[in-house]
Amino acid sequence: MLGTGVGTVEGYRDPNIWRRRAAGLKRLDWTLILVVTVLSVLGALLVRSATFQLMIEHGKDPNSFLKRHVLNLVIGFGLGALVTFLDYRLLRAYAPILYGLACVGLVAVLTPLGETINGSHSWIVIGGGFQVQPSEFAKVGLVVLLAMILGEPRDGEVGPSPRDILLSLVLAGVPAALIMLQPDLGTTLVFGAVVLGMLAISGVRKRWLVGLVGGGVLTACAVVFLGLLKPYQIARFTAFLDPSADPRGAGYNAMQARIAVGSGGVTGKGLFQGEQTGGHFVPEQQTDFIFTVAGEELGFVGGAVIVLLLGVALWRGLRIALQAADTFGVLVASGVVCWMAFQTFENIGMTIGIMPITGLPLPFVSYGGSATFANMIAVGLLQAVHLRRRTFD
Amino acid sequence: MNSRTHFRLLVLYVMVGVMLLVLMGRLWTMQVLDGAHYRQVAAENRTRDIVVPAVRGLIVDVNGKPLVRNRTALVVSVDRTSLSRQKDRGRAVLERLARTLGTTREALELKTRLCSPTVKRPCWPGSPYQPIPVDDRADPKRALQIMERQEDFPGVTAQLQAVREYPGPDGARPVQALGYLQPITQEEMDRRKGLKVTGYSAVDLIGRDGLEAIYDADLRGESGYRRVLVDSQGRVTGTATEKAPVSGGTLVTSIDAKIQGAAEKALENAIKKARSGGEKADAGAALVMDVQTGRVVAMASYPTYDPAVWTGGISQDEYEALLGKKKGEPLISRVTQGQYAPASTFKISSVAAAVRDGYDLHGTYPCPGSFKVGARSFRNYEGRAHGSMNLRRALVVSCDTIFYKFAYEQWLRDGGMKPGKNPKDPMVRMARDFGFGKRTGIDVPGEADGRIPDRQWKRDYWNITKKSDCKAAKEGYPELEKSDPSRAAYLKSVAAENCAEGYVWRAGEAANFSIGQGDVLVTPLQLARAYAAVANGGRLVVPRVAQAVVRPDGTVARRIDPPPPGRLPVPAHVLKYIRSGLEGVTKEGTARGVFQDFPLDKVQIAGKTGTGEVWGKGDTSWFASYAPAKKPQFAVVVMVSQGGTGGGTAAPAVREIYETMYGLKGKQPALKDGKLPATLPKLRQDSGRKP
Repeated sequence: MLGTGVGTVEGYRDPNIWRRRAAGLKRLDWTLILVVTVLSVLGALLVRSATFQLMIEHGKDPNSFLKRHVLNLVIGFGLGALVTFLDYRLLRAYAPILYGLACVGLVAVLTPLGETINGSHSWIVIGGGFQVQPSEFAKVGLVVLLAMILGEPRDGEVGPSPRDILLSLVLAGVPAALIMLQPDLGTTLVFGAVVLGMLAISGVRKRWLVGLVGGGVLTACAVVFLGLLKPYQIARFTAFLDPSADPRGAGYNAMQARIAVGSGGVTGKGLFQGEQTGGHFVPEQQTDFIFTVAGEELGFVGGAVIVLLLGVALWRGLRIALQAADTFGVLVASGVVCWMAFQTFENIGMTIGIMPITGLPLPFVSYGGSATFANMIAVGLLQAVHLRRRTFD
Repeated sequence: MNSRTHFRLLVLYVMVGVMLLVLMGRLWTMQVLDGAHYRQVAAENRTRDIVVPAVRGLIVDVNGKPLVRNRTALVVSVDRTSLSRQKDRGRAVLERLARTLGTTREALELKTRLCSPTVKRPCWPGSPYQPIPVDDRADPKRALQIMERQEDFPGVTAQLQAVREYPGPDGARPVQALGYLQPITQEEMDRRKGLKVTGYSAVDLIGRDGLEAIYDADLRGESGYRRVLVDSQGRVTGTATEKAPVSGGTLVTSIDAKIQGAAEKALENAIKKARSGGEKADAGAALVMDVQTGRVVAMASYPTYDPAVWTGGISQDEYEALLGKKKGEPLISRVTQGQYAPASTFKISSVAAAVRDGYDLHGTYPCPGSFKVGARSFRNYEGRAHGSMNLRRALVVSCDTIFYKFAYEQWLRDGGMKPGKNPKDPMVRMARDFGFGKRTGIDVPGEADGRIPDRQWKRDYWNITKKSDCKAAKEGYPELEKSDPSRAAYLKSVAAENCAEGYVWRAGEAANFSIGQGDVLVTPLQLARAYAAVANGGRLVVPRVAQAVVRPDGTVARRIDPPPPGRLPVPAHVLKYIRSGLEGVTKEGTARGVFQDFPLDKVQIAGKTGTGEVWGKGDTSWFASYAPAKKPQFAVVVMVSQGGTGGGTAAPAVREIYETMYGLKGKQPALKDGKLPATLPKLRQDSGRKP
C-alpha cells in the first residue's frame, strides 16, 4: 500500500502490482468522482453557452472556450489522479514547499509580472495566452499546511496547542494579506472560512473560535469605519441588498444575475437558448456568474441539480473526513470541504442575491484553468485521504 | 478521532445541509414563485424603445402662409451621462468635437453644464439625461465625420432633425404671439403627462410662450416608437414592434400676414418718426382685431427680435444682448402685456358712465380751460377752453374738463372725503364693465390685467406705502432740502397727507380717472376690445388668435371658436351716440389732420386719440379706432410709449394699417371684400417635413 502508484522501482517489478492497483481503484470514492465528472460536463456545456454567441460575433470559433475548458479539465483530472495516488503523508513533508511556492506566486502577482483582469490584480501571465492565478493554488497550500501544523500527533491533548494555533493564524495571515492587496476579497474570505473550519475541526477550545469570529467582525467594522475601503468598494459589496438602487453601476451585476436566473422559471429556456445569456447581459458569465447560465437555461430543475450535486460532493468530503485514518487526513478533508462549501454558497448566493458580489468561481463548473486545477487537486487530496482510511474490516 | 472533532464534523454536516436548503429555497422563490416577474423584467431588459419623433405642426396665417415652419437641420448633441462615464469625464471627446465644429472645448463645456439658480446661461436648462444639442447648424461634412467616426466621439450624436424656422411672409413676424420652444424642464415633465424625454431635441422642446405654448399639445403630435431587441452592448439585433409617429396638427391663425406685416411696418415707421421728432419712443404696439368675432388679424409689438436666436440654445450674454432690458425686453408683447394710461381713449367709458349716472346724453356742458377740483386746478390739454358743448363734441375735441366735473360731482355725491357705505363710483364701475382691469382671455399666455384703481386698491396700496410715507412725513427730505427746499417741503406735505389719509379715494384721483389718467392702466388689447364692443353694439368679445387645428391630411382636428362674448351694459342708443363722436374725431376732431387726405368716403374710420401723461417720462401716444364706421368690421389700435401725442404718432400708424387692409393709396388690398376669408385655407405640405 506504500507504493507511489506512479510506477515501478527500477529493476524491480512487484508481481502483485496490478492486483494492488485494482484494489486501490476499488477503494476510491467513485461517487465523488462521478459527481465531479457530471458537474464538469455540465460546466463545460454552460461555459460553451455563455461564450459561443460572443465568439460568433467576434468571428471566432464558437467552441474556443469549450475546447480550452475541456483541456483544462483533462489536465485537472490528471493532476487529481496524480495527487490521489501520492501517499498523502508525504505531503506533510512537501507542505511547507507548497505553501512557500504559493506565497512566492502571490508576491510575484504584485510585481510587474502580475496582470490585472477584471479589476483584480490576481494573475501571472506565462505567455502563449496562459495565465496562472496563484491564489487558487494558495488555497491548496493553506489546507495542507494547516493540516500539518494542527494535525501534529499529540498526547493527551484534545486540541492543538496555543503555539500551533497562533502559528497557523500567522501562516494563513500572510497569503491572506497578499491576496487582499490584489484586491480579491472573495479568496480572502475563503481563507477565513478554511482557517476557522480547520481550527474548529482540530478541536481548539470554543473560546478561541468565538474570539476569532469576534476579532474578524471587529476588524471588518474597523476597516469600514476607519475609511480604509473606498466608497465604491463598499457600494459594490453592499449592492446585493438593493441592486435597483444603482442598476447601471454597482448594482448592475447583481441585478442582471437575478434577472437571468429568475427568468429561467421551472424548466429553463433550454441549453444554449438563454436570451439574457445570448445577449451577454451578465458580465463574467463563464467564470464567476456561470450559475446564471444554468439558472436561465436549465431553470429551477437544472439549478437544483447543480446545487444537489455540489451537496453530494461536500457530503462525500465530510464522509471522507469522518473515516480518515489520522488527524492530518481529517483536517485535509474538512479543510477542502470548508473551502468548497464556502465557495459554493458564496458563488451561487451572489447570483441569487443573498450574498454580496465577490470574484469567486463555482467549484467544478466555472471556466478557469487555475481554479479547475486547484479544485481537482483538492478532489485528489480527498481521494488520497480516502484511500488510506480506517477500515473496519 | 476525538469526540470533539467528531462532534464538530457533524456540526459541519448540518451547516452544509442548511446551506443547501437555503440555496434551494431561494432558487425556488426566484425561479418558480417570482419567475413571471423576472421574465418580464428580462423582456424589458432586452428591448429598447427608440422614439421616432413626430414633426411639429406649422403655424399658418389666415390664408395658409406659414408663419412658423420646420427646417431640416443636422443637430450635433452631447450626452452628459456618457461623457461622465469616460475616464477623463469626456474632456478628450469634447476637445476633438470642438476642433471638428470649429469652437473651443470651454465653450462646449459651458453649453453642456446644467443650469441652476446659480449657474446662468450658457448652460443646459433641460433634463440632464437628455442629449444636449450643441450645434444645430452643423456643416453636413463635419456632422458626417462625427457619425462615421463614432469610436472617436463616444457620447456625441449627429442627427437630422427638424428645427423651427420663421419665414416671415409679407414681413409678418408676430414673434411675441407665436412664442418659442425651449427644452422641457423637469417640472413640466412632472406636470404634464405624456411628455417624454426622447433624446431628439426637436421632440424634447416645449412651447414656452405664445401660441407654441398654448397649443403645444396640438402642435406636438405623437411620437412613434420602434421597440428593438438589443444585446447588453445596446447593439440592435432586430425589431419587435413599431408605431409610426403622428405629425402635429397645423395651427391656422386668424393673423393675416399682409396686415401683420403692414402693422409691424407702420409701428416701426411711427416709432422712427417720433424719434426723429425728439421723442424717446421706446416701445409700441399695434393690433388689428375683428370686432364681430374677436379674431386677431395682426398683433405687432416693438421692440421685436429675430426668433432664430432660440434654435440651438442661447447664452446668457446673447440673451442679455438680444432680449434683455437694454434691448427693451422684446420678449414682452406690448399688445397683451404692455400696460399704459389710456388717457382720452378711455372717455368712451366715461361718457357711458356719466349717462348711466343720470347725465343727459344730449345735454350741453361747459368745457372751460381748467376746472377746480377741491383746491387743485385741473386743466384741459394745453389749457384750451372750448366753450359749451354736447358729449359728442367732448369726444371729438377731447375735452377733459367736462369729465373732471362729472367725476368731481360723482365723488361729492359718494360722500367726498367721508364716503358712505356703498359709494356708487360710476366711472370705476363702467370701466370694469368695459373689461378694463381684467384679462381679456386671449389665447396667448402672460396677459396683463391692467389696472382700474378704486377705493379698495387705494387702501391696499396705502397699507404697503404708509410706513415710508409716515417716515418721510416725520423726517422730511433732508437731502433735497439743501438743493430745493420748496420741493422738499412740498414732498413732505404730500407724504404727511398720504400717511394720514392715503387710503381715501380723493377728488383728484376721481378726476384723473375720468380721463384715463392717474393710476389707470390698460393693455392695447383691452382697449381694442372695448372699442370693438362700442363698434359691434355691446358685445365684449374674447380675442382669439388661433382658428383651427388641421391634421396633416387636411381634415380639421378642431375648430377654436372664441368663447361667447360678454355683454357691455350700455344701451344701444348711447353706443350709437358714442360712435358718432368717434366718427367725428377723424373728420373734424383731434385726428382730422391725419385723415385729411384719407378717402374716408371709401372707408370711414372712427376713432379716438389719446395722449397719456406719464410722470417723469414722455407721453404715451394712442389711437384706438374701428372701421368701416357704419358697418364696423375691424378695430385697429396703435400705442407708442413715450411717442408724443396720439394724433401725431399713433394715428398715422393706424391710417397706414387701414391703407394696406383696404388697398388705399395705390396699395394692394390685403382683405377681399373688406373681410377675412370665411373658410379655412387649403394647406400645402410643409416643405421641411421629413427630418
